Amino acid sequence: MKSYRRAASGILVPLVALAFWQLISSMGWVNATILPSPMRVLVKWWAYLRPLEAYDPAQMSHLKWVVSGELIQDAMGSLYRVLVGFFIGAGLALPLGLAMGYSKLVYGLFNPLIQVLRPIPPIAYIPLSILWFGLGNPPAIFLISIGAFFPVLMNTVTGVQNVDSIYLRVGRNLGASRLTQFTRIILPAATPYIFTGARIGMGTAFIVVIVSEMIAVNNGLGYRILEAREYLWSDKIIAGMFTIGLLGLGIDTLMSRLSSHLLKWHRGLEQA
Amino acid sequence: MSDSHISVQGVHKVFQSGGQDVHALKAINLEVKQGEFVCLLGPSGCGKSTLLNAVAGFSLPSSGTITVDGLSITDPGPDRGMVFQEYALFPWMTVEQNITFGLQIKGTAKPAIQAKVNELLELLHLADFRKRFPKDLSGGMRQRVAIARVLALDSPILLMDEPFGALDALTRRNLQDELLRLWTELRKTILFVTHSIEEALYLADRTVVMTYRPGTIKRDLVIDLPRPRDVASPAFNALKKDLGQLLMEEQSRLNQDEFRAAAVD
Repeated sequence: MKSYRRAASGILVPLVALAFWQLISSMGWVNATILPSPMRVLVKWWAYLRPLEAYDPAQMSHLKWVVSGELIQDAMGSLYRVLVGFFIGAGLALPLGLAMGYSKLVYGLFNPLIQVLRPIPPIAYIPLSILWFGLGNPPAIFLISIGAFFPVLMNTVTGVQNVDSIYLRVGRNLGASRLTQFTRIILPAATPYIFTGARIGMGTAFIVVIVSEMIAVNNGLGYRILEAREYLWSDKIIAGMFTIGLLGLGIDTLMSRLSSHLLKWHRGLEQA
Repeated sequence: MSDSHISVQGVHKVFQSGGQDVHALKAINLEVKQGEFVCLLGPSGCGKSTLLNAVAGFSLPSSGTITVDGLSITDPGPDRGMVFQEYALFPWMTVEQNITFGLQIKGTAKPAIQAKVNELLELLHLADFRKRFPKDLSGGMRQRVAIARVLALDSPILLMDEPFGALDALTRRNLQDELLRLWTELRKTILFVTHSIEEALYLADRTVVMTYRPGTIKRDLVIDLPRPRDVASPAFNALKKDLGQLLMEEQSRLNQDEFRAAAVD
């Protein structure tokens, strides 16, 4: 009963917003090119989702046909860039962050450079990324890696630095070697921070993928939104935006499920 | 000398605090025999935890020596298992994993680890909780696990730093009895820090009262009341009154210090 009521109250505001949106469109208060009605967006979204050609068994398998629509191809393209970019960025940030958090020497060596580079938005690398990597996926993935790199790095450093010293004292008392201290105490103690960093990094990757697709590639949700703008297809722009929102929500939900499963020992997740 | 197990000789410890030297420990001499239960008693800032940490090897004395069986202490080690005040269990490990961790470090064979864990879970009434994480345990249960983790090491010496300080009175008495039972059964040497007079009188063979800065030994008192001790008996209360007086003198010096510091602020 409680969860039913919570679900009902969670859907209330979106419904009201949708009804308001439909109202101002139906009443003709706004130009349909500037803001198309929700119904028109939905129709366009469906058309965008459907395969372009009729199903022909001689041409391709059924599954391949189902996913042959423009929307799914775009979403898969964007997702591919996000994942590859994220894993490269996070994969580089994690070992560096662990080393910086653990060793004052490494921290002192790298931190000044990191602090200068960190405030530069990934978008500012666009011109260089094209010069260095040309067009296509490589510059996009480069930008996404930068976007994912810093959140993972900063959170990993903080996570390692904030390991409660009492755990290290217990470790020394039990006779743990430095390696054991690192793998069995510091690393698990830092995982809640590392997961938070990964989630933020994934969010950044989603922002950057859209921008990067507006410059260097010719598919993906970001590219499609920009293309739709050229033709003033505002319904398609909005359909693309909602797709990005849903995709991001899906990934974030997956990551949060994964982290509450892996961190079920953690106090902060008791209620989650 | 022959039956001395832990030997603290002429130990000084000086800290730097706010540009000033703080004498946490001054000329401490203490001999603890094999199998003895010794409580260090004193107000906050008397150096009792500093002394315990020095014996544990976490912070070595500025001068003087501490030896265990004649060997000088240079590092923390599993021969001197320590039970901390609170939250010292690894939250990412289950009860069972917390207890086995020390044995894994030692490189004990798997079947021996299993046997030891089962024995300890039984001994500390933790068998039903082996797969639980610390966050799902009460404070008393957590300290049982912490004790089991240290007992797993089979160290001859247990160092305990106000282990029951955060527990409610009933849980505390329960764990004190439990500790006495384990001590009688396993014949460990225990060095136990507390600021509770009653706890010291209830548990210890000897109670060492320490002074507020500089930390020195004010009184080394043998408690020869028979066990189990009756906290309501006249003898117990007479000792309690004596120790209370000693402690209040130190407490008032602590208070004066704090008032002075507050006035400077």
